Order: sequence, then structure tokens, then C-alpha cells
Amino acid sequence: MASMNIIGTSVKRTEDYRFLTGGGQYTDDVAPHHATYAVFVRSPHAHAKIKGIKTDKAAKARGVHAVYTGDDIAKAGINGLPCGWLITDVNGQPMKEPPYPVLAQGKVRHVGERVAVVIADTLHEARDAAELVEVDYEVLPAVVNGAEARKKGAPVLHEIAPDNTCYVWAIGDKAKVDDVFKSAAHTTKLEFVNNRLIPNAIEPRAAIGNYSRAEDAYTLHVASQNPHVERLLMTAFVMGLPEHKVHVIAPDVGGGFGSKIYLYGEDVVVTWASKQINRPVKWTADRVESFSSDAHGRDHVTTAELALDKDGKFLAMRVHTTANVGAYLSTFASCVPTILYATLLAGQYTTPVIYCEVTAVFTNTTPVDAYRGAGRPEATYVVERLVETAAREMKIDPAEIRRRNFIKEFPYQTPVALLYDTGNYNATLDAATKLGDVAGYAKRKEQSKARGKLRGIGYSCYIEACGIAPSSVAGSLGARAGLYEAGEVRVHPTGKVTVFTGSHSHGQGHETTFAQVVASRLGIPMDDVHIVHGDTSKILFGMGTYGSRSIAVGGTAIVKAVDKVIAKGKKIAAHLMEAAENDVEFSDGIFRVTGTDKQVPFGQVALTAYVPHNYPHDKLEPGLNENAFYDPSNFTFPAGSYVCEVEVDPDTGKTSIESFVAVDDFGKIINPMIVEGQVQGGLTQGIGQALMEGCRYDSASGQLLTGTLTDYCLPRAEDVPHFKIDTRETPCTHNPLGVKGCGEAGAIGAPAALMNAITDAIGVRDLAMPATAETVWRAIAMKKAA
Amino acid sequence: MYAFTYRKAKDVKDAAAGLAKNADAKLLAGGQSLIAAMKLRLSAPPELIDLGTISELRGIKSDGKNVVIGAMTRHAEVAASTDVKKAIPALAYLASQIGDRMVRNMGTLGGAIAHNDPAADYPAAVVGLGATVETNKRKIDADAFFKGIYETALDPGEIITSVSFPIPKRAAYMKFKQPASRFAMVGVMVADTGKDVRVAVTGAGPCVFRVKEMEQALGKKFAPDSVANIKVPDKGLNSDIHASAEYRAHLVTVMAKRAVEAALK
Ligand SMILES: Cc1cc2nc3c(=O)[nH]c(=O)nc-3n(C[C@H](O)[C@H](O)[C@H](O)COP(=O)(O)OP(=O)(O)OC[C@H]3O[C@@H](n4cnc5c(N)ncnc54)[C@H](O)[C@@H]3O)c2cc1C
Repeated sequence: MASMNIIGTSVKRTEDYRFLTGGGQYTDDVAPHHATYAVFVRSPHAHAKIKGIKTDKAAKARGVHAVYTGDDIAKAGINGLPCGWLITDVNGQPMKEPPYPVLAQGKVRHVGERVAVVIADTLHEARDAAELVEVDYEVLPAVVNGAEARKKGAPVLHEIAPDNTCYVWAIGDKAKVDDVFKSAAHTTKLEFVNNRLIPNAIEPRAAIGNYSRAEDAYTLHVASQNPHVERLLMTAFVMGLPEHKVHVIAPDVGGGFGSKIYLYGEDVVVTWASKQINRPVKWTADRVESFSSDAHGRDHVTTAELALDKDGKFLAMRVHTTANVGAYLSTFASCVPTILYATLLAGQYTTPVIYCEVTAVFTNTTPVDAYRGAGRPEATYVVERLVETAAREMKIDPAEIRRRNFIKEFPYQTPVALLYDTGNYNATLDAATKLGDVAGYAKRKEQSKARGKLRGIGYSCYIEACGIAPSSVAGSLGARAGLYEAGEVRVHPTGKVTVFTGSHSHGQGHETTFAQVVASRLGIPMDDVHIVHGDTSKILFGMGTYGSRSIAVGGTAIVKAVDKVIAKGKKIAAHLMEAAENDVEFSDGIFRVTGTDKQVPFGQVALTAYVPHNYPHDKLEPGLNENAFYDPSNFTFPAGSYVCEVEVDPDTGKTSIESFVAVDDFGKIINPMIVEGQVQGGLTQGIGQALMEGCRYDSASGQLLTGTLTDYCLPRAEDVPHFKIDTRETPCTHNPLGVKGCGEAGAIGAPAALMNAITDAIGVRDLAMPATAETVWRAIAMKKAA
Repeated sequence: MYAFTYRKAKDVKDAAAGLAKNADAKLLAGGQSLIAAMKLRLSAPPELIDLGTISELRGIKSDGKNVVIGAMTRHAEVAASTDVKKAIPALAYLASQIGDRMVRNMGTLGGAIAHNDPAADYPAAVVGLGATVETNKRKIDADAFFKGIYETALDPGEIITSVSFPIPKRAAYMKFKQPASRFAMVGVMVADTGKDVRVAVTGAGPCVFRVKEMEQALGKKFAPDSVANIKVPDKGLNSDIHASAEYRAHLVTVMAKRAVEAALK
């Protein structure tokens, strides 16, 4: 009989029919009866005292049900938004956690901060009335830059942090590292800005609160990446509501990239307000409001140094980073520039000692939190720009210097806390070098030169840690949540299966990938498996989707539940075949008695479980429904090698990407097509960061200068080349599928490859991202002048 | 968007009458600038008079000397027109470089030049090719039409009906796109009319302008090298987060040179 194993095949995505035919149900598509519309009045200032708010005109306007301000929220006893990770600073003190109000309390600290909400029968009535809310501001000086915010005399955002410092945190042995630097044969030092990015998921954030007086319960539809965590934070920490009376649904969600992990004030307000006015309250962000109110990403200023011996062996690394966390601490803001960043500074290399110090700073900007890659792109950028620069300085081929330093024996304990379980870095680098025809590069460079163009090549060998784990370790590092995942496998009487997962899909294709896993393991057709996610009343619990954790953690929880189903099935089958349980084996959807031709198919076992006429009632309960929680014993460590070739037009400074090769090791791959799609998307975002995206604030006024798509430059299809993508496989050693995760790799690895290529092309050491045409043109001009 | 009344004009006269009755009313062409501003509540006309169904404002005619394009002709129609491609390929190319497919299917020549966005492409064509703007009241010379940032010679209530482009001996347009909006960071139209050479620059300054020094040099010798060393002063040019005035000034020279190269091909 043919194997039902479809792991490793490019099955077309089940969800695409509904998405491509307009059948998706996003939060804004949900239209509860008698819904009202919320519009938020937002701060036009980066920093100001609120001297008073007059809401009477707005409250009297046509169609208006209610206008609420921070005072109403305070009176209702609603707390601020919590931060999910406690960082302990170098002096053993807890980080500064200023209140993060749901609606501003007496002061605003960034442009776009929520000040009041107007709720009306129609969206336009709410908009019109919102303009009638009069806020009396006393404008204060603002600071938007992390380094500036630490200077004496800088405007102070929060009383509890008089130097605007949230924490100074460090990892590694400083004394040892300093020692090595004193005697190293060669040192390389670079200063970087990792540019602030604005996420821009295609679906803006949206939330609908709906209180039912009949049930005394709430339903919240929300564009979220993790509805259970949203509910937990909202009920237990912010609103004090009974958790079991709040039903959170994250239906189809059109992209998140991190920005929809967090609990936002708007979600709290619509939920609370729906009870006050006894009507559903709906809010959908418009694009302009998304720009200033969705959590931003990155924004590091770093000084990094690498010490090498005369042969290019890495001896030590020293890194100082200032991380701008924005005006408030968003849900996971504190762990991104620390736990998810500094621990990755070993990269793929055996650097024996590393020291990293991170200063997190409050500024009058939108809060910064995890954005595709979250800490790991920043780490990779530091490591891979340093390594490439050191190679050039020491006249060692940049691929060769990497090979000399690759970790080759596993498991490998890095000096920055992580334990890599497995990898084969030479394999991906060799493959990337071949796929990118590095051998033919010199000739291509000549051809470019003949056309008056400058050609350059750059590498990036990244590593990332995915599926953040285990809970016990994370807890000791300050995590205030567990990092497991839950899964449930419900076998119906006919042998069809519904799977409930705590992971959330917002573009990743879980409905397909997870079904492939379950179908393969149970030996049943994929059509017999249905994946359900994003609903707190259907799924027992979930930690949601971020950090490329879905398949490695969520997928494993499902596998564990499937295995419990099989174990119980064996017992039922043994009874049916009058055999000992130990003699029953299961494969390709059939239970067999070893060494005989006795067999019963999975469907018959399922039916028996629900129609238990002939059943071992003395030993077993009827039914076939199992759930499992999985708390991984370690992170997974996807890694890969990227090679990028660019051509720069010296007259304009414009860069064109001539070739981009990505060879990734994601461990076992379930669906190569979906993985390739994830890589393409990630690479595109990485290219966006390197070449065009950059959030800009006016340094004096704190106004957001890149507040629309005409000023914030996202990459379009024509900006990216036809990627050459391949994979190598070293299966993860500590989960049953051998999977590692693939969602963020491209965004992590791409910027360094691109910037290494551009700096190579124009022959400069350093260059700021985004490397816009003018930036490159100026670098060329400066080099000529020098 | 604020509430407004909407009406369709039967013909140009009807539209003019509507404007005469309500001085705050606005003409609606492709809506690609106006509707966007209204959605952001930056513009709040109480009444829109739609020119969309007036057939006399639409179409392309070429008589061997001039290409006459109706004000309501969409960018996509100009880009695809075989007449335009044959007579003034630079103009068809320019239209094909405006915005994206959706914008080109909606946006119109009349709307674009009436709006006179400093980074719009068409002003470079109108001035660079020495066109004549025809309205319901008069004919306006290209050089007199564009007055300043978002400002034209149009009187209140005046309606553009068509633009007449003389067919040049050779011409080319080069655009360096502002990467986010894809409007012109710098766009240069170079045209050799047979009598003289015109060089018009959009995107770089607050309004389209001609570069006389380049025109004279190209008049003597129509070759890329003639302009390669002519720099426009960066004083008065636009400077924003996308490009400094200095860089824009530099791009004017590069784009002009490339336009000449292209015109010679
Ligand atoms: C995403 C996007 C990208 C774009 N990219 C570019 C680009 O790269 N290059 C570029 O040049 N443009 C670009 N545009 C602008 C586009 O070309 C618009 O079509 C144009 O600016 C306005 O033309 P419209 O027909 O849409 O006019 P509308 O928006 O309808 O009107 C604009 C103004 O002109 C007035 N008006 C319209 N018709 C007449 C008339 N016949 N007589 C008198 N007044 C009139 C209106 O009352 C209004 O004040 C872009 C627009 C968008 C939305």
C-alpha cells in the first residue's frame, strides 16, 4: 500500500481558495448586529502635558454614544498595559516599568498616542465628532533619539526613569574580553545604526468588543497573533475580568510580523466600552494611524569590535548597544534587545568570549517591540558586518574567514548562554557559493565595469534561535509567561480529524502544513484533517505565533496529541483483534497484529471509540480525543548562508540587486513551497530594511516624518530579484519532527549580505541603512574626495 | 472625508455653470489627487462636479504637426496610444511612468496639470515640449501656465479642455523616482523641436522649470557631453527626507545627460 507520508511535499495551500476568492473573514469583515464605531483621538504632539479635555461638543454630536478619556479609564479601575518580560539590570535592579496607560493619563509621550475615544453609530459620525474633542496641551520638549535621551538635560519622559533609562543589562565576561582585546593581532571596530522599521501588515489592526448582557460575557474579535495571551493579559492584568467570560477570536489575520503579538490599548477600550454602551464597538485602524500606533521594530545604535589572531581566528567580541524602546514598554519590548539579541552574537562561529552591554532608553517615539526576527536581525547585522569587514582588512577571502571560524562540533555551548544542538555551516556556505556562481564573479565584475557600473559581492551567514524555550530557563531570565504550546486532536466517529492548535496562522499556511503532519502521522488523506486556530473557546490554550515557533513548538504539541490518539487506538484495536496491545503496530492508517494478517483501519477504530458496542469498557473510556502541551527542551537553531551581488550606478548611487542566493537549514521541511514563500517574504523585508525602509522622526518636534506610504518606502515586487533559494537539512535533535522554523530567516540574514555587497562595490568600510541612492552617492563622493 | 454633494456635468458649459454657481465647488477628474486629499480630510469641497462623462474632453488627435490630447484622457490611454507612440514616444513613455496601473487608469492629463504637484511628470512634458494648454476661455502657453507650487495660471472657474503638443524632431524623458511615492524625485524632458532645444525639469524644484544653459549648449550641439558639466544651482531646490537639494541638483545633470542619450537612440 502506498505511503500516506506527505511530509516534504509542496502541497498547495488549503487556505488559498478562501483568500483568493474573497472568502477570508478578517476582523473588519465581522459585522455584529447594532455595531457602533470607535475613533481614537490621538496626540498630535510628541511630548505634552494634557491640561484639560473638553468632550461636551463631541458627546452632543450626531450619532455619538459616548466619549471616553483617560479619566474614565482610571475611574473604571482599568490598569495600564503590562510588560511580559522582566529584565534585571547590571546592578541587580529590576528594569524601570513606567505605567503604559490605555488612554493617556495627564501626559502624552509620542505622536499618535491614544488620548480619547469617540463611539458613534457610523464611522463618519465618530470621525466628525472626534474633531470636536478639544484637548488643551502644554507642549514639552521632545527627544526621539536613544543616545540623545541619555544626555544630561534631555527631556524626561517618566518620573521613575529620570535619565530615560529603562535598564543597563549585560552578558558575558567583560574582564576576559577586555584582556583579549589588549593583545590581539588584529581588531576591527564598527559603529552601526540598525534603522527603525514600521511593520505595515497588509491588514491594519482591528478589534470589535461585544458585551452580552444576557450572558454577562464578552466577545472580542481582534487581529492578533496570539488570542489566548491577549485574553490572559487583558483579563488578569488590565481589566480584572473573569477570564472564562471573555471569548477572544483572532479570525483570518492579514499579516502580523510581530506587530500583532501585543495587547494594545484599543483592544481594551472597545471591550470595556461595549459594556458601558451595551452595543458592540468596532475599530479598524486606518493606515496613517497604523504608522504611529503599531509597535515599531529595531532602532539600535551599536559599537561593535572583533578581536582576531593573525590567521583570522576570532578571539573575542565586544558590543555596546543603545536600544530605543520608545515611549512605553510594549508587551515584549524588554527581551528583544537583550535575550533575543545578545545571545545570538556568537553567530555560526567559535568566538570564545563575548561581552555585550545593552542600554534600553525611553524616547518620545512609538513603542518598539519584536518585528520579524526581533533581536536576531540586529545581532546578525553586527556579527556579519564585523566579520566581513575584518576579512577585508586582513585580506582574507570573506568566505574563507568564515570557514576558519565555523562551529563544527555539536552540541556547542556558546559564551552567550545558548546551546546549539546541531548544524552544518560549511554545507550551506558551500551550496550558496555554488548556487551564486562565486567562481564566475570576477568576470561579472569586469562586465559591470565595462558598462560603467560598480559590482560588489557580500555574504551573510546567520543563525537564529527559534521556538524560544524552555519555560523554566525563560522564567529564570525574566519571562512572565510560559513558552509551551497546546494542541488537541479530535477524532470524529467517521475517522475524520479536527485539530485545534494554540499556534496562530496569519499568512504562514498552518492549515496546510499542520494538516500534512497530522495526515502523514495518522496515514489518512489530508482532506480528512481540519485545522482550527485563533479562538479561545475552541482551543484549550495557546501561546500564539511569533519567533518562528509554530511548527517547532505548536507542531510538536500536535504530534504529541496524535501519538496519544495512536496509543489509545492501539488499545482499541488490540481489543477488536483479540491481540495483546504490545503486539499491535500502527502504520499508514492501519493497526496490525505483528506477524499476522490481522488488521483494522483507523476509521474502524474511531467508530468503535464512539459506538462502543464491542469495547474494553473495563479498561478504557470511549471517545478518541487527546490533547497535549509541549514545552521544548531547547531553542531550535536555523542557520544559513546568503550571497548577494549588487551593481551600483556611480552617477546616481542607485543599487540594483543582480543576484541573491539563500541556502537555509531549517531542519526537516514539511512543505517546501510554503517554506520558499516564507524565505522570499523574509528576504524582501530584509532588503527593504537595507535599501529603502527607515522610520524618521523630526529631531526637534518629534513629529513622525514617514507617516504614510508615500514617505515610508516599502519594497515592491520590482525592487527584488528572482531569488535563488535552496535548503540543506540537519534535523533538529530535540523535537520529533526534526523541524526548526523558517519564518524570520530572510529578514534576519538579508540586510548584512546586501550591505556587505554595497560596501564592497563602492569600496567603503561603513554605510548607513537604508542605503538609499543619495546615501550611496554621498559615500562614493566622500571616498573620491578623500 | 466630509460629506459633499456630487453631480455629473453634461458638458463643459454645464460644468462651468456649476462652478459659477458655487465658488467652492471642485471639478473631479480622475480623483487620484483630489479624492486622496479628501479622504485625509485635507480638502473639503462642499460639491464635486464630475467631468468623467464629458466625451468632448476625451481623446487623442494627431495631425502630423501637433498631438492634441483631451483633458480627461487617462494616463494609460496616452501611454498606450499608437498615435502618441509614433509622434512623441517620449510623451507616451512619460505617461507610462506615472504612478501605478490603477493610478494610470484613473488619472488624467487635465487633472495632473491643474493640480501641478511639484513632483508630477506631465508638467515636464507640457513645458519641455512647448505645449499649449487650451481652456474653456483661452489658450495658455506652457511657459505661462505653471506658476508655483500647486499653482497655475487658471482663473477660478476655468476648465482645461485639452493640451496641444507640437511634435518635436526628437525628445526623451528621464525620471528618477522618489522610491516610496514613485513620483519624480527628478524628471527631465529634453526636446529638440527642430527650431530650438527645450529642457524642462520637474520634481527638483517647487515647480517645473527650464534650464536655459543646457538648452543653449544643446542648441549648439545636441550631444550628452554638452550637458554633462552643466550644474543647476541647488539653491531653491526641494530638500526633504528623500533627497537633499544638492543631490537633486546633481540628478538634474545626470538625468538630462541620459535624456539626450535616449533622444539620440
Ligand atoms: C499612488 C499614486 C501615485 C501617483 N504617482 C504619480 C506619478 O508618479 N507621477 C505623477 O505625475 N502623478 C502621480 N500621481 C498623481 C496622478 O497622476 C493624478 O492623476 C494627477 O495628479 C491628478 O489627476 P486626476 O485626473 O486624478 O485629477 P483629480 O484628482 O480629479 O483633480 C486634481 C485637481 O485638478 C482639478 N481639475 C481636474 N481636472 C481639471 C480640468 N479639466 N480643468 C481644471 N481643473 C481640473 C481638480 O478640481 C482638482 O483640484 C499619483 C497618484 C497616486 C494616487
